[in-house]
Amino acid sequence: MQPEQQGLEVAVLVSVGRHPITGRARRAEQDARGVELALTLASELPGTRINVLHAGQQDINSEVALRGYLGMGLNSLTLLEQPEGSDAIAALAAYLTKALPPLVLTGTRAECGEGSGLLPYALAERLGWPLVNGLAAVETIENGVVTLLQALPRGQRRRLKVRLPAIVSVDEAGPVARQSAFGPARRAKFIVTSAIHEPDRELTQWHLAPARKRPKRLKIVKAASARDRFKAAASKAGGKSGQVLSDVTPEQGAVAILKLLEEEDVLR
Amino acid sequence: MLETLLPILIFSALALAALGASRRVRLWRQGRPSSVPILKGLAAMPRRYLVDLHHVVGRDKVMSNTHVATAGGFVAAAVLMILVHGLGLGSSESMGPILGGLLLAASAAMFVGSRFVARRRRNPPARLSRGPWMRLPRSLMAFSGGVFLATLPTLGLLPDDFGSGVLALMLAAVVVWGLGEMVFGMTWGGPMKHAFAGALHLAFHRRPERFSSKQGGRRSTGLKALDLDDETAPLGVGTPSDFTWNQLLGFDACVQCGRCEAVCPAFAAGQPLNPKKLIQDMVVGLSGGSDASYTGSPHPGKPVGEHYGTPYGPIVGLAGQALVDAETLWSCTTCRACVEECPMMIEHVDAIVDMRRHLTLERGQTPNKGAGVLDNLIATDNPGGFDPGSRLHWAADLNLPLMADVKQAEVLLWLGDGAFDMRNQRTLRALVKVLRVAEVEFAVLGTEERDSGDVARRLGDEATFQRLARRNIATLSKYRFQRIVTCDPHSFHVLGNEYGELAEPGIPAQYEVRHHSTFIAELYDAGRLAFAPWKGGRVTYHDPCYLGRYNGEYEAPRRVLKALGIELKEMERSGFRSRCCGGGGGAPITDIPGERRIPDMRMNDVKESGAGLVAVGCPQCTAMLEGVVDASAEVRDIAELVADALVEPPSVNATGSPREPVVKATAEEVL
Repeated sequence: MQPEQQGLEVAVLVSVGRHPITGRARRAEQDARGVELALTLASELPGTRINVLHAGQQDINSEVALRGYLGMGLNSLTLLEQPEGSDAIAALAAYLTKALPPLVLTGTRAECGEGSGLLPYALAERLGWPLVNGLAAVETIENGVVTLLQALPRGQRRRLKVRLPAIVSVDEAGPVARQSAFGPARRAKFIVTSAIHEPDRELTQWHLAPARKRPKRLKIVKAASARDRFKAAASKAGGKSGQVLSDVTPEQGAVAILKLLEEEDVLR
Repeated sequence: MLETLLPILIFSALALAALGASRRVRLWRQGRPSSVPILKGLAAMPRRYLVDLHHVVGRDKVMSNTHVATAGGFVAAAVLMILVHGLGLGSSESMGPILGGLLLAASAAMFVGSRFVARRRRNPPARLSRGPWMRLPRSLMAFSGGVFLATLPTLGLLPDDFGSGVLALMLAAVVVWGLGEMVFGMTWGGPMKHAFAGALHLAFHRRPERFSSKQGGRRSTGLKALDLDDETAPLGVGTPSDFTWNQLLGFDACVQCGRCEAVCPAFAAGQPLNPKKLIQDMVVGLSGGSDASYTGSPHPGKPVGEHYGTPYGPIVGLAGQALVDAETLWSCTTCRACVEECPMMIEHVDAIVDMRRHLTLERGQTPNKGAGVLDNLIATDNPGGFDPGSRLHWAADLNLPLMADVKQAEVLLWLGDGAFDMRNQRTLRALVKVLRVAEVEFAVLGTEERDSGDVARRLGDEATFQRLARRNIATLSKYRFQRIVTCDPHSFHVLGNEYGELAEPGIPAQYEVRHHSTFIAELYDAGRLAFAPWKGGRVTYHDPCYLGRYNGEYEAPRRVLKALGIELKEMERSGFRSRCCGGGGGAPITDIPGERRIPDMRMNDVKESGAGLVAVGCPQCTAMLEGVVDASAEVRDIAELVADALVEPPSVNATGSPREPVVKATAEEVL
């Protein structure tokens, strides 16, 4: 990797995660992968500064979770303090417009709250920055252009060149987060700044209920031997009725998607 | 001439030794402070040496007698030599003949002893270090022979003019050699260092409670807690100077006899750990330098001479090599076989866990599945990441009384994390059956129970251990029970020996804990159980480390098996010498590769005993031994054997009195 002349600043947006079984607060899986990417980048590009950002309130639960990120080897975390029910997007956008970090990493979807996965998009829209999802690796950063590997389904990768500043979101394709150690987590500091309080109006209109288990389509395999079973498990699922659309207008694409959703009984 | 030369030689050797001693003491004091009673320790030292140390050395009778003659002879000869030759009491009319005669006897005894030392060095086993240790018998003979000969003229047994001329010069040279090794070398790092450091190590041992007293032998096996409230205290040991000073002193006491190496399961499996080398690495670290001068067996697969360290430098390199490689530390199964065998009472396991604590708590470098297991323990209170609400699913049909409902019971049945393991669930069901037949009033914590913290602690995550332990203590304090019974020796050890230190004011954490084999033996002795005669084949018993070496329970499982009508075929390594199954200390989680697998070697021991069934008493041992491919023996937990043999108990009212305890059959030591 070519070293950038002056040190690069990477902002990583982190949220308070939630363990899927016990519901205990923890570092969120995808955000931790974002921090891991930033730490790897910092070890490869000397002079890289990592700024870990969290917008939310400070309490015991969030402290446990946020220290989980700090234990990965960070000295501090910037906490944009907001009362409960505030819109994180407004606070983050205000902070990022002022700080202007060239590269912003974030998880794709939060583990609690709305968890709609819209934050990266909303933020990118507000800042007017490009957004790349499904980051697998950062390859080079040269002259304000970053070369990324984007993860596509079934292990495919796509190389993209993006002009900085940009927002890049990380999902399960990113590198596994390193272990969080108790000592560094305990020593690291919170830099608390109060952020603008803009109530999340959409959230107040939402009706929250425990999730239902969604039905899963069964894949029925009639196989006589282990070899057949293996072939069935390894083969592409439902590849028969797929359709690749290329060079179509957005309207045509939307119509095709709508048609599929109706066929699958998702929309009625 | 000898009469003038000897006092000069003796006192200059003593002066140089004193200089070396102060230098050595300064090296030890690079360690962190540790408060031990200095005077009380020094006063207790002779007893610790004569009783506890010789209890270990005495397992090898020839070596024990050799050491008594050589060391006893040397101490006596050295003191008498100072009196006779140094202070010139040999020429006094009244004292001379007596002291001189005693000196002759002492040096003669030492000479005989050193002949035996020499005999052992002729074809030394691989566990012994070579190098300077090979010259030691000759040095011992030089000292004892030289002193013996030099004393003869003093007593008038040789003509006085023997003390001049070429012969006397040669004799003086021999005495210089002897003094150099025995007095000067003692404090300047020669093989005799073990006597100087060893004596002080016995006096200032960090576990004074492990030594026997006149009331009998005691045991101290629980790991010591880290102070996590003090944010300035180091989390574990990252550099040699992070050890306490008496730990450093303990490392320096190592006599490189290699008994630890001979019993270490990881070493035998070809994993990169040799406990003797590890202690020597620490000695290199405390004085600074490279391990190139080490002359024993290396850590398997790690050539000698590539590692180096300083007192304030890292033990495990941040990048590349330093004093020790991390795999070496993670190979240990914490089976304590090395500690049990060490004649110098060195605490290898404490040191390894201390260094693991640094790797986990400071660096976040728990290898392989370690980080995931720790995350699971933090998030779900069990290492497998299972839903804590499903802890009692295996007993859905058993209607187990819950402590939350009954509030008090005679026995609290601690399930352990085996409750999530389908194999161990069979053991647990068998144990519940036995308890029901014996009409024991028991209850379980159910979903309130958490992992005991054993794995977290041994993986170095003291923070998670203390969190789990404190929550368990708080849960246990809500209920009343007389004792805890568990089929997991790891929980047994942690609950019984390691929770006490974490008690908070007003909430004691001292529990009476019983292994299920002990409890079943008690039930049988009380006449509450009766067994059908054993019809199976030959059986052997595998002592779990955490039951045997950690808690001294060798007898109860054997009593239960005898009560079942089983005549045990003991394995060559059983009782306190039992070989580990490979499942302790998080070793299956960190999974450091070796040439062989530890459980395979243990199953081979079972095969050699000729038994078709191996009785075990630990979920880890069950899992490890059952994981052996093409095993020649079946693996059954004692609880399962007991449950299968249960018949209607004789009516306690009809017989009137409980049955006499079975004659105690201790495991036979095979040396």
